[in-house]
Amino acid sequence: MQFEFLLEQVVNGLVLGGYYLLIALGLSLIFSVGGIVNLAHGAFYALGAYVCVELTRRLGFGASVVISPFAVALLGILFERFILRRFYTADPILSLLVTFGLAMVAEQAIRMIWGAAPVSTEIPQSFRGSVIVGDFLFSRYRLLILAVVAAILLGVWLLLQKTSFGRVVRAGIQRPDMVAALGIRLQPYMTAIVMLGVGMAALGGAFFAPITTVHPAMGAEIMTIAFVVVVIGGLGSFWGVVIAALLVGVVRGIAIHFEPAAGEASIYILMFLVLLLRPRGLLGERIEKFE
Amino acid sequence: MIRTSRRTLLRTGAALAGASALGFPSIIRAQAEKIRIGHLTPLTGFLGVIGGYAQLGVKLAAEEINQSGGILGKQIDLLSEDSINPATAATKAQRMLEQDGAAVLLGEISSASSLTIMQVAERNKRVFFSTGARSDALRGKNCNKYSFHCDIPNTVMVNAVGTALSQKGMVKGKKFFTLTADYIFGHDLLKAAKTFFGAHDANLIGDELIATDVTDFSPYLLKVRQAKPDVVCCNLAGNQVTNLVKQYAEFGFPYPLVGFNLNTGDAWAAGAGNLSGTWPTVWYHTLNNPASQAFVTAFTRKYGKPPENHAWIEYVTLKLLAEAISTTKSTDSSELIAYFEKQAQFDIGKARKAYFRAWDHQLVQEAYPFTVKPKDQMKDQWDMLVLGDAVPAANDPLEQIYPTKEQNPCEMKA
Repeated sequence: MQFEFLLEQVVNGLVLGGYYLLIALGLSLIFSVGGIVNLAHGAFYALGAYVCVELTRRLGFGASVVISPFAVALLGILFERFILRRFYTADPILSLLVTFGLAMVAEQAIRMIWGAAPVSTEIPQSFRGSVIVGDFLFSRYRLLILAVVAAILLGVWLLLQKTSFGRVVRAGIQRPDMVAALGIRLQPYMTAIVMLGVGMAALGGAFFAPITTVHPAMGAEIMTIAFVVVVIGGLGSFWGVVIAALLVGVVRGIAIHFEPAAGEASIYILMFLVLLLRPRGLLGERIEKFE
Repeated sequence: MIRTSRRTLLRTGAALAGASALGFPSIIRAQAEKIRIGHLTPLTGFLGVIGGYAQLGVKLAAEEINQSGGILGKQIDLLSEDSINPATAATKAQRMLEQDGAAVLLGEISSASSLTIMQVAERNKRVFFSTGARSDALRGKNCNKYSFHCDIPNTVMVNAVGTALSQKGMVKGKKFFTLTADYIFGHDLLKAAKTFFGAHDANLIGDELIATDVTDFSPYLLKVRQAKPDVVCCNLAGNQVTNLVKQYAEFGFPYPLVGFNLNTGDAWAAGAGNLSGTWPTVWYHTLNNPASQAFVTAFTRKYGKPPENHAWIEYVTLKLLAEAISTTKSTDSSELIAYFEKQAQFDIGKARKAYFRAWDHQLVQEAYPFTVKPKDQMKDQWDMLVLGDAVPAANDPLEQIYPTKEQNPCEMKA
């Protein structure tokens, strides 16, 4: 029985990891291609949640959870075009400062528009409750999230590996100078990557709006865990981030199963151990421009 | 050159002296005409949401007092800040007393921060009204002469809900699983809950201590299911409650969820379709009382939304403090303490008047259990709860639900 309970925590951890992945993958992509640590990434997650809550009142949850990430991704174009673009070649400390400042501006803007008190929304009735498969219990809603994350993951992987777009992006991560020498401008690709990244974060926010507190500081809350995942996974590696996200979810679940008090600390211990053994992260590549 | 600069220096000095001769007395006079009150409450972090309401409540009270001519002809100067965490709360409290010239301190929701402010108040021999902290220990082993406690303590919340649950046959012989906030407040609430379970033949089959920054409760919910309890009991705080309530609804467990702590702000944040069960409260905006309704009207007119229970407690605390200052004609802490210790009665917008109990400085007042309205009966997004009858019942003494001297001993140093 004890073993089944543990297994249940492992499976639940994988589901949770899938959700962390939505936020961490974009963060990792934006850093890998643009060299920018986007501290404002959490703000897009929060915006995704707020826009979803707002739209749900008019269009229902199903339509809102689809529209919200696209709306935020469009905002991502402005973000890339007018802010990030100025900092690709600048001192990294400047982009850290500007995105940090932007995160604060976004949080205050949310406070001004929607107020400091949380807004609420709920899961549609058809996705409530849990499904019991064998001895395992799953939240029906989280299974939906997992299915969507898996589909997105497959899409992003195909985009990066099997299309000419992906080839340029991957080349841009390793040798931006060579890409430029071949006469390819990386900027439009960067716009697309930022759109994709913040769109995924917004989708995470929209999905989690009905099951977590939607409040102005929620973006800052999620950033810590997203960074832990990116650091453990290693920069520039698609699968590194995927494995790290799932690992973080599972390790937290196992820790809470055996020693609840260590639940939140466990992921930082994991990060510490990974960095000790592999300073570049699990599957982190050697990226020349960052060395 | 030297001469010029010396002349300039002299002129500047003279100007400064002149300015101080003219200006300073007026500044001093301005200060003398005001009663400065230091207010601290969490505006960020897991209690930030309800802290926001607390600040609106105390501001409204100050505004009303000032508009009606102030206290003894003096205006209230309210200095309100984010208490952030226990260490910062203590630093800010010290600064407010020492540098800003606050006559008294007021506020706080976190029991951990309230405890550090209580120590500052005692060191400075200045009165502190802890408005929203609920840990029994603050009134018991940590009590001091300078601290007054306005919100209902954990034991009262447990008794209020426990009595309502007992009447529904949900306590005796039942298996409880508790989820507890991992800081002084939660530990204290769990202790009160255990006392209640012990006295009423209920079994506590599991408890999880949960860090205050946890937002995903799924691993804990799996442990709840593995334990197969009869009733799940929430001893969490702030955003934790909202997150748990939402995720509990998500998993759709058959075990009823009840709780010994819930603020209406957390209930509103959880949303209409997610909350169920029986919970305690110190006040709710639908309470049928003329004074309460007048406050609700004023608050709603000013802020466009009804007040939460922390807004109310801050409002009535500043009002009763103003009454005390008017009666004693003093802001001196020792005179205020002597006045409150005579157990002076105050109208706080409830059926029965409230008073600070002399031996532990607890504001003794009615409490209420509440249940959740069916969604189709709610008039608006705020109209979520159905208040039960006040506890203790009208004929029973108010102190019946409060911890006794033996249960929660408090020794105040003179």
